[in-house]
Amino acid sequence: MSDSSSGQVVRLDLPRGGVDSGTDSGTDSAPAQALLSDALSARPFDAAATAFVLACLPKSKAPVLWVQDRASRLENGRVYGPALKGVTLLRVEVSHARDVLWAMEEGAACAGLSAVVGEVHGTPPVLDFTATKRLAMRAETSGVPVWLIRSGAVEGLSAARARWRVGSLPSDLHPHNPAAPGAAVWEAELFRARGCRPGIWAVRHDGASATGGTDRLRFLSRSGDGPLAQDHGAATHAAG
Amino acid sequence: MDRWRRITAQQRTLPDEAVPVVLAATGTHGQVVHAVNASAAARGITVGARVVDVQAVHPDLHVEQADIEGDAALLGRLALWARRWCPWTVAEQDGILLDVRGAAHLFGGEGPLLRDIHARFAMQGLCARLALAPTRGAAQMLARFGAQGVICAGEDVAQVLAPLPVAALRLPGDTGRLLERLGLKTVGALAQVPRVGLMRRFAGMAEAVNPLVLLDRALGRSPDPLDAPLDSRRWLARARMAEPVIDPLPWLEGLAEDLAGQLAQAEQGARRLRLTVYRVDGEWRSRDVATAQASRDAAHFVRLVAGKLEGLDPGFGFDLMTLEAVRVEPLVLHQTRLDGGRDAGADVAALLDRLTAKLGPDKVTWAAWVQSHRPERVEGRMPALASTTGVAGRAGAAPEILRERPLRLFDPPEEVSVIYAVPEGPPARFAWRRVALRVVRFEGPERIAPEWWRDRAGTRLRDYYKVEVTDGRRLWLFREGIAGDARGGDPRWCVQGVFG
Repeated sequence: MSDSSSGQVVRLDLPRGGVDSGTDSGTDSAPAQALLSDALSARPFDAAATAFVLACLPKSKAPVLWVQDRASRLENGRVYGPALKGVTLLRVEVSHARDVLWAMEEGAACAGLSAVVGEVHGTPPVLDFTATKRLAMRAETSGVPVWLIRSGAVEGLSAARARWRVGSLPSDLHPHNPAAPGAAVWEAELFRARGCRPGIWAVRHDGASATGGTDRLRFLSRSGDGPLAQDHGAATHAAG
Repeated sequence: MDRWRRITAQQRTLPDEAVPVVLAATGTHGQVVHAVNASAAARGITVGARVVDVQAVHPDLHVEQADIEGDAALLGRLALWARRWCPWTVAEQDGILLDVRGAAHLFGGEGPLLRDIHARFAMQGLCARLALAPTRGAAQMLARFGAQGVICAGEDVAQVLAPLPVAALRLPGDTGRLLERLGLKTVGALAQVPRVGLMRRFAGMAEAVNPLVLLDRALGRSPDPLDAPLDSRRWLARARMAEPVIDPLPWLEGLAEDLAGQLAQAEQGARRLRLTVYRVDGEWRSRDVATAQASRDAAHFVRLVAGKLEGLDPGFGFDLMTLEAVRVEPLVLHQTRLDGGRDAGADVAALLDRLTAKLGPDKVTWAAWVQSHRPERVEGRMPALASTTGVAGRAGAAPEILRERPLRLFDPPEEVSVIYAVPEGPPARFAWRRVALRVVRFEGPERIAPEWWRDRAGTRLRDYYKVEVTDGRRLWLFREGIAGDARGGDPRWCVQGVFG
C-alpha cells in the first residue's frame, strides 16, 4: 500500500507530547502522546539524536529545561545556542546522573516549561527502570514532554513510552554544490513503543524557513514496503 | 584615611609612617586632595589642594584614589552600629551624630561615655574625633575644630564656641570669604555683631547656609532636632522548643507560615531566606536560600529550606530556630489570568529556586549573548537567579549568524591527527578519538580571524570546514593558522563541533 518512495508527513504543531501520527495510521505511524521518550545515539559523537529531539519538541515560547551530566558534556559537547532557532534553554549542568534525574523530575512537574531534555552518557546504576518509571509518571501528570538522550553503551530496561535509536545517514545532495553536504537525513528506529508499531524510518526535517510552510518532519519507511514492515517489527521487537 | 589604611593593609604593605600619603578625589579641575595622613598634614598639605600642585612641592608624595561611596557606606553602617550607645543616631556627610540625652548615665556619665566611644572606634582601627555639646551645631563645630573629647556644659556654649574660626559654621566658600573680608574671623566676633545688621545682610539666604541661623542653632536659640532614620525592619519568625530537638523539619511549616503572614501584612515578598538553628551548646548554624521572584508562599519556603537541611549539624539538639527574610521586595497581590489557571512564569521561577538551592547558583544558567566572532565566545552563561528581573529577564534572542553553525560544540576544541592531507581543503583522512575517519564531502572554508582587541598577540586565524565522513556524521573542523604565517609551526586541525 505504501512503498518506500512515498513519505508520510507528520505534523508537529499538534498537541504537545512528541510526534503525533499522521493521517494513514496503522502501518508505520509514529507514537502519539508519548510523554517520556528515549533517544539513543546510534554511534559515538553523533548529534543526530539531539537534532531529532529538538525537531520533536513542541513549538512554544516557554523555556526548555536542558539537563546534562559531566560525562556526556565531555563526550558529546554542549548544545550550541546560536544553532537553535526559537528555543530558550534553561541549562542545568551537573556532574552526576543522579542529579540529572532529580532535576528532570523537578522539571517534569513544572507545567511552565515547554519540555524537559536530559542527557546521560552510558548506563549509570541510578538510571534504572524505577527511575524512568518515576519520570514517566511525573510527565504524564503534568503533561510536559520529557526526552532522555543517551549516548554510549545503553543497557537495561526503560519505562519510556517510546524508545528511539537515531543515527546520521549520508545527507541529501546540496542544491548548488555537489561536493558539499546537504540537508541532514537521520535514520530513526523506533524499537519499543506503547500503542504503535515499531519500525525504521529515514527522517528529514523541513524547517519553517526552508519550505515557507509549516515546520515538519518527514518519515520515510526504510524497512521495505508496508506489510513487510509490520511483520518485521512484530517479529523482532516484540520483546522490546 | 583610616579605612584606606585598614583595607590596604590586608592586601599589601603600607608605606612608612614618614611618607606623606594623600587620597585623591576627582574635582572640577582635575584631582584634588581628599584626605591626608599625619606626616602629610605636618608638611602643610591641606585638603582641597590640587594634587599636581602638591606633587610639585613634595616629589615623594604617595597618592592613592579615594573611595568616596565606600566611605559613605561605611559611615551609614557605623551610624547604625552607634545605636549601642543611644537610640537616635544619624550619619552626616563626614561624621556621625548621636543624641545621648538620657543615655549617658548608662555608661557612667559623659566622660566615660566619650572614652568608651573612642576605645570602641579604636578597636576597629578608626580614629574618632569626639565632642559633646548641648546643641547639635555646637557638637559638630567642636568635634572638627575643638580639642579632642571636649565636653561643653549647657551654660558656657557661647564661651567655648567663641574662639573657633567662622569656617567651623561650615558655610559655603563665598559666604565664609565675605565674613573674613568683613573682619569677622571667629564665631565670637560674629556673635557680637548686632543681629539687625546681620539679618539685613543675609536676608535672602537659605536656612542651611545662613550664618545667623546656623549660629542661633549652635547657641541653642532655635531648635535643631535630630532626624534619625528608623531601624530597618527585620522579617523574622521564631520557634522556641521546650526541650532540645534534633530534626528541624516539623517546626519549619509553622515558621514559614508565620513569616509568610508577616510578609503578607506588609505586602512584601522574600528574595533571600535564612534559617538559623541555635544549639544547646551555644553554637548556631544557618542556611541561606534565594528565590528568583519575590515570594511569600509558605509551602514554597518549606520546600526550599528543607532541601538545604542536609549537613546541618544539630549537635546535641537545638532549642531555638529562626527563619528570617534577609532581603525583601514589595510584592502586591495580582491576578494574571482570568480563567483561574496557574501562572507559567511563577512555576518556572519556583523551579529555578529549587534547582539553584540544591545544585548551586552557577549550575543553573540562562544564555548570555556576547558579540564575538569566536564561536565558543558567543554564548556565555548567566546564573538564573542573577538576572535582575527574575524569569522575565532572560537575554533576548541569539545573535543572527548567517552561516550554518553546529548543533553541539566542544569547548575546548579537540585536536585531530591528519592521516592523509590534501593541499586544498580539509584532510581526506584523519583520526579523532582513536577512530580513523574518511571525508566524503566538505563545505568551506569559512575564515574567522582572531579578534585583535581581545586575543593575545600571535593568535592564529581559523579556517572552518563542514565535513561529512563516510557514515554520514557531519563535523565542524578547523585549521588553526596557515602554513608560513610566521606564527608558530605547522597548522593544527581541530574538531570544534558536530552538526545534527
